[in-house]
Amino acid sequence: MTYSYYPGCTLKTKAKGLDRFGRLSAEALGVQLEEIENWQCCGAVYPQASDEIATKLSAIRALDAAKGKGQKLLTLCSACHHVIKRVNHDMQTDANLRQKANNYLQLETPYLGEAEVVHYLEMLRDEVGFDNLRKAVKNPLKGVKIAAYYGCLLLRPSGVMAFDDPECPRIIEDFVTAIGATPVIYSQRNECCGGYMALEDKPAAQKRVDAILKSAKDAGAELIITACPLCMYNLDANATANVLPVKYFTELLYQALGLEGKEGE
Amino acid sequence: MQKIGVFVCWCGSNIAATVDVKAVANALRSEPGVVFSTEYQYMCSENGQNLIKDTIRDYKLDGIVICSCSPRMHEATFRKTALAAGLNPYMVEIANIREQVSWIHKDMTEATDKAIVLGRAAIAKVKKNAPLTAGTSPVTKRALVIGGGIAGIQTALDVADAGYEVDIVEKSPTIGGRMAQLDKTFPTLDCAACILTPKMVEANQHENINLLTYSEVESVSGFVGSFKAKIRKKARFVDEVKCTGCGVCTEKCPSRKGLNEFNMGLNTRGAVYIPFAQAVPNKAVIDASNCIHFRTGKCGICEKNCSAGAIKFDQQDEIIERDYGAIVVATGFKPIDASAFDEYAYNQSKDVVTSLEFERLMNAAGPTKGTLLRPSDGEHPHEIVFIQCVGSRCSRDASKGKEYCSKICCMYTAKHAMLVREKYPDTKVHVFYIDVRTPGKNFDEFYRRAVEQYGVDYIKGMVGKVTVEGKKLRVQGSDLISNEQVHIDADMVVLATAIEPDPTARSIGTMLTASMDTNDFFTEAHPKLRPVESPTAGIFLSGVCQGPKDIPETVSQAGAAASKVIGLLSKNELVGNPCVAHANELLCNGCSQCERVCPYGAITYVEKEVRGPEFRGTKRVAVVNEAVCQGCGACTVTCPSTAMDLKGFSNNQIMAEVDAICR
Repeated sequence: MTYSYYPGCTLKTKAKGLDRFGRLSAEALGVQLEEIENWQCCGAVYPQASDEIATKLSAIRALDAAKGKGQKLLTLCSACHHVIKRVNHDMQTDANLRQKANNYLQLETPYLGEAEVVHYLEMLRDEVGFDNLRKAVKNPLKGVKIAAYYGCLLLRPSGVMAFDDPECPRIIEDFVTAIGATPVIYSQRNECCGGYMALEDKPAAQKRVDAILKSAKDAGAELIITACPLCMYNLDANATANVLPVKYFTELLYQALGLEGKEGE
Repeated sequence: MQKIGVFVCWCGSNIAATVDVKAVANALRSEPGVVFSTEYQYMCSENGQNLIKDTIRDYKLDGIVICSCSPRMHEATFRKTALAAGLNPYMVEIANIREQVSWIHKDMTEATDKAIVLGRAAIAKVKKNAPLTAGTSPVTKRALVIGGGIAGIQTALDVADAGYEVDIVEKSPTIGGRMAQLDKTFPTLDCAACILTPKMVEANQHENINLLTYSEVESVSGFVGSFKAKIRKKARFVDEVKCTGCGVCTEKCPSRKGLNEFNMGLNTRGAVYIPFAQAVPNKAVIDASNCIHFRTGKCGICEKNCSAGAIKFDQQDEIIERDYGAIVVATGFKPIDASAFDEYAYNQSKDVVTSLEFERLMNAAGPTKGTLLRPSDGEHPHEIVFIQCVGSRCSRDASKGKEYCSKICCMYTAKHAMLVREKYPDTKVHVFYIDVRTPGKNFDEFYRRAVEQYGVDYIKGMVGKVTVEGKKLRVQGSDLISNEQVHIDADMVVLATAIEPDPTARSIGTMLTASMDTNDFFTEAHPKLRPVESPTAGIFLSGVCQGPKDIPETVSQAGAAASKVIGLLSKNELVGNPCVAHANELLCNGCSQCERVCPYGAITYVEKEVRGPEFRGTKRVAVVNEAVCQGCGACTVTCPSTAMDLKGFSNNQIMAEVDAICR
């Protein structure tokens, strides 16, 4: 299976690991990721104003590129996934936006929300399958207790994101089981980390981060994993005490697939 | 030329407000064959029916068309009217101009045109109707009740008291159902066991009631008055006649892994067990999946210790075949699985329990002998939060939960809150609610007592999250009246989980061809006027299998279902439906396709001597058993040689209707 791949800016700068481990693991699993040419920043924040058009255009260009290739659009960064998935939903349901965006873009054929947006984790679940992933694992992370941190962007609004049950998600826990580790359920796994407030109101963000880390630690976790560069930064940099290491899920996938040290690093 | 009469009903303003009934009557008067056409305000009223009768006699009508509501509503009424005037009841056709016209259209011109077209179709059909005579079939004077909870027990007792035999088939080893698990019952707080167990004993001892516990209905065939059921009596591995219920085996059993179903899995039981002290029948049963003897071939301690010699490891399932005149579905409910609602930390803490689990924790026969203790550490809780509507009243597009109100939760939560405050006055009790719904006799008074006399803290608003903080459960919710966020550090959280039909209901519904709604509740024949009957003749509904109900309502409905059963069983024979399939032997090519599609097994094939203009000799032809055929028409559309036809709905008649509509 070949996907159009939208890495996003952060994965080219601060979150290179999320991108690199993701690409190498996909290759090992037989999934081709074709990076979209000339992609632009998605804006990182979904514009809530209903008359906002311009800030949605870059997402629409990426979606149209995937549509042109007849491929699904694969994302890895939670923020990009959130923005692109919601803009695509708008293009499917909001006639006003559809008309204005197409008037502006002047594409060869208008874009009407035809592309399908898939997150890397959904690709693992639905395309590869967690059972097959388990078979592909060469270096199972036996005995490691891992806390899955979902954050808010992947799960909500649940009707649009349709990612997993927003109150009782299991996709990352299933992933953790598939790579041979033990998932830890803790109450803060689907609560916001306060990342968007990190600059404006640092104590508020710190309070959230400490609550998340404590909840995971109390539940017995040795490690937290996430798919979101902002959560990663926030959990790492804004904790008053670094009680738990935080990693991208793709890094563990890469380790479990036994890819470590195989390339000239 | 046939003489047809047309009667257009206003149905008050139901039809007349949207359909120009005079125009319909006038238009249909000029149809060929129509000798009389009129309209009237209420055709189903006595005056309306007299109008029909008089016209039939005066004009010597051969057939009538009533333009009115759905035939489901009044076809039987108008057939009786025709019969009273000496016309064959099957010479009546209904054009449904209410449900199919006035209720669904807004524009009067369009609606009137459509009503005229439907009237024309009915006239075209009635001209091809033939008088039919219904046969009769005998009634087996025995009822089958599926489910042995309070609903099934009450129905069985009422039917049995009227002098008819009843079999109760209950899938678990004892009757009693959910009510047996309850502690106290609202609104009077009498103990559930005290009022239920006498009924269980009475059902067991009643000369007309036969209990088949640990049994399941495997298949049902036949029709109203003459059902045939196959019942699997599962092996208990205990001789029911010899077992005295002494309980020695249950104490000696070394396997302690089986979860105690009666206590909602809050503790364990032996592999050989008696569900609870007042179980009926009070007989042991062996759960083979947890029994050491069945897994290793060793042990047999129960066998050695049974002085009655009742343990029978080689017992087999038994199939019982029996005939019934009526079947009552009383399959009840179960609480939904709370593990999907992890926002309330049900999977994360033992101290988050469902209401039914809480019921067992408060019950003197429960795992804590009625002392309220936290399941995690056995300590007494000092602050308890009850959360209502867990999985009830969810939005249609929610990924989990039910759209409906489970109806009983407001009352049992008020009961739980009150009982806790009474038994442990040092305990703070909070209840989060969306609405408090207490419409029942003495119900609102009961709820207000919880608030006013027992000081239960009712908070209007829902809980967003329960988090585990060491030994405490932090409940984060909103108080919509003071418009504030609320944080409570509780020792226990009780979830009022929604109720849903028992998982066996769906397969039983399919077996009985009894319709169900999207939530798997059984559908009643009419939501207001026939609430205890299934649309499938001879199938009756008792208790929560039809929709959420409390105990008083369940008992009333169970009695109502019983009265319908008694009404049916009191008849010696039933008038059948003459609109059944019929095979034209000359056209039949013996392909067997109709036999394969018949859902009732009404069609068989025989070698038969057939004489016709083009064929003379023996051939294989379809024969319809008219007593079994339900007239569904599946065979008529399947038959490749048009040999199958349905009386009253012949291909001929349907084509005449279509022609009239397309004219």
